[in-house]
Amino acid sequence: MALLDITRLNKTFGGLKAISEVDFSLEQGRIASIIGPNGAGKTTFFNALTGIYRPDSGQIVFNGKSIVGLRPDKIAARGISRTFQNIRLFQEMTVIENILVGMHVHFRQSAVQTLFRLPFFRDEEAEAERKALELMHYVGLKKVGNELAKNLPYGMQRRLEIARALAAEPLLLLLDEPAAGMNPHETEEITRLFQNIRDEMGITILLIEHDMRVVMKISEEICVMDYGQKIAEGTPAEIRGNSKVIEAYLGRGAVAGQHEESVA
Amino acid sequence: MVSSHFEDLLSRFSRGPWPYLLVLAHIAAGTQLVYTQPRSILAFLVLVSSFLTLYFVRADLRFKFFAGALLAVVIIPLIGVRNIFYLEVIFQIAVFAALALGLNIVVGFAGLLDLGYVAFYAVGAYLWAFFGSQQFYAMYYAPGTQPSDLPFLLPGDAFYMFMLLGVVVAAFTGIILGLPVLRVRGDYLAIVTLGFGEVIRVLANNLDKPLNLTNGPQGITPIQRPTMPEGVVEFVNSTLQPLIGHRVTVADMYNLLFYLLALVVIVVIIFVTRRLDDSKLGRAWTAVREDETAAIAQGIPLVKTKLAAFAVGASFAGVMGVLLAASRTFISPESFSFMQSIGVLVMVILGGSGSIPGVILGAATITILNLQVLQGFSLYLTELRQSDAIIPIINFAWKDLSTQLDPAKYQKMLFGIILIVMMIFRPEGMIPATRRRRKIDQEEN
Repeated sequence: MALLDITRLNKTFGGLKAISEVDFSLEQGRIASIIGPNGAGKTTFFNALTGIYRPDSGQIVFNGKSIVGLRPDKIAARGISRTFQNIRLFQEMTVIENILVGMHVHFRQSAVQTLFRLPFFRDEEAEAERKALELMHYVGLKKVGNELAKNLPYGMQRRLEIARALAAEPLLLLLDEPAAGMNPHETEEITRLFQNIRDEMGITILLIEHDMRVVMKISEEICVMDYGQKIAEGTPAEIRGNSKVIEAYLGRGAVAGQHEESVA
Repeated sequence: MVSSHFEDLLSRFSRGPWPYLLVLAHIAAGTQLVYTQPRSILAFLVLVSSFLTLYFVRADLRFKFFAGALLAVVIIPLIGVRNIFYLEVIFQIAVFAALALGLNIVVGFAGLLDLGYVAFYAVGAYLWAFFGSQQFYAMYYAPGTQPSDLPFLLPGDAFYMFMLLGVVVAAFTGIILGLPVLRVRGDYLAIVTLGFGEVIRVLANNLDKPLNLTNGPQGITPIQRPTMPEGVVEFVNSTLQPLIGHRVTVADMYNLLFYLLALVVIVVIIFVTRRLDDSKLGRAWTAVREDETAAIAQGIPLVKTKLAAFAVGASFAGVMGVLLAASRTFISPESFSFMQSIGVLVMVILGGSGSIPGVILGAATITILNLQVLQGFSLYLTELRQSDAIIPIINFAWKDLSTQLDPAKYQKMLFGIILIVMMIFRPEGMIPATRRRRKIDQEEN
């Protein structure tokens, strides 16, 4: 059974159909991308998936259970983590603390254990700190554990957001334009990081991305959205050759993507 | 600005025996000044500011703890008993410091702008006022008609139990008020809490009918205090009289008792606050403050986390309310006005939102400003009016100065100016909050 199974999802804002009758399915351990022009409904799709918006109708089954109508924190606890299009870190907290907040759902310390610093509390905190450091290094952050998140340069903030999402040990990782604003070198590095996350941690990844180099390189499946509807899905090769996609949006993008690939 | 100047100055003396000598010299000088000039505001400020020196110097923690305890538990009470006005000042500082620490959890940690915080203070105060007075038996009488020989419901010593009960009841009230309130965000939350704060005050004002629970605007009095053993007063009088210079009355001893109780509560509050801050819950509070959407995406339940902040903050105010009711023996709705909430908020913002030493400093600053500096300035102006002094150059006689100009009445304007100046020049407060630096050996990796 698929890890994520969405059928006939709908979400409207006023008269605007942000998501219309979208079906989507993702197998455990895959890397998939959602692409589409601005305003196609991609981020709304993520927000509906993570519970920030409640869909008007449709079914979302994650890991065998329906998650429609659950609060975002409950959905996060079920194993969906995400990053945001415009980075949303806890600015005034340190890098380590940001990652520790990511582990929130795994902490078991009680009020009494916290107040009296009982052994269980101390062990849990020490273990969490150790894991957080590991994650920091895993995403390529070094020697910045005590820095405030707001003081990190842009690329590191993106990486920290990924580390924070990984800290929850999710089954599914949603990445909203993770390569936005990065130079080609950084983009290449972060693309490799995503592949490692899938290969080494076994985490299923779904990403929204405009950078076709990233999309074509790592996606095993691509879902194309336009005006709230899914207009195509398939492997990168299929999407590249899909006339509907080229017509609707990828017209320029596909050419650019092929061009860049031929250069590479 | 104050603290950075302080730090510059102190960094030069931060090695060897200097910090220790500096602290001791400051304490000694302050004590000596207050002893020789018991009426001088400046002398008192010198003494109280030794807490700041103690905080900023680099010294052994055990020394800091010992010196702080010496100041707070021995020197200041002695001076307070000698000049009872100081005892009132430090008691009020302690009460407001506790309130500011409570509000700091709500505003500073969790970022929930609560403009009705004083409501929880009122809940604590009315809790003991009702059970610790004759009000229980006066329930069926309209205000002013109750006979004066009604019995008391509980003995005065039940006060100690009610301090604990105040924590529970105020926390519970925090949850009850918070449940509907905390679903709204930001500006809306401020407005709704403001409303709830007023609701509690209006309730206190009007719950004199059909059942007379609060005795309305007249307030409840007398409220009992815990018993003071005769021996204690005698002991203090026999051994400490040479130091104090006059006989200590039972009333003075009560003021001392309540000051010391307030200190104990503050120590507990600081302990609880620090431990919670550095835990799952504290991190969740800060995360919610920084970015609600990101926080909920990490699995943090928003309402539950905010409710916890509300309940913990409220419980601190509750216990202080119980203490206030007993120390004043009189409680009326007037003590819990909107201005009180604003006053505590100013302390938090002035001192440093989210910073424990900061909000205590904020509470001390505002209280001293209110009780001593403004009133001292008022007295000074009155004296000038009565003299024949003239302002040179413009030839203005002081006695022509309008009596309307009374600095003690300009408290609200002062709050406003302080807030504006702080927001422009130092929005993070006098002692800004810092994050704990973890000892991580990152060089290896």
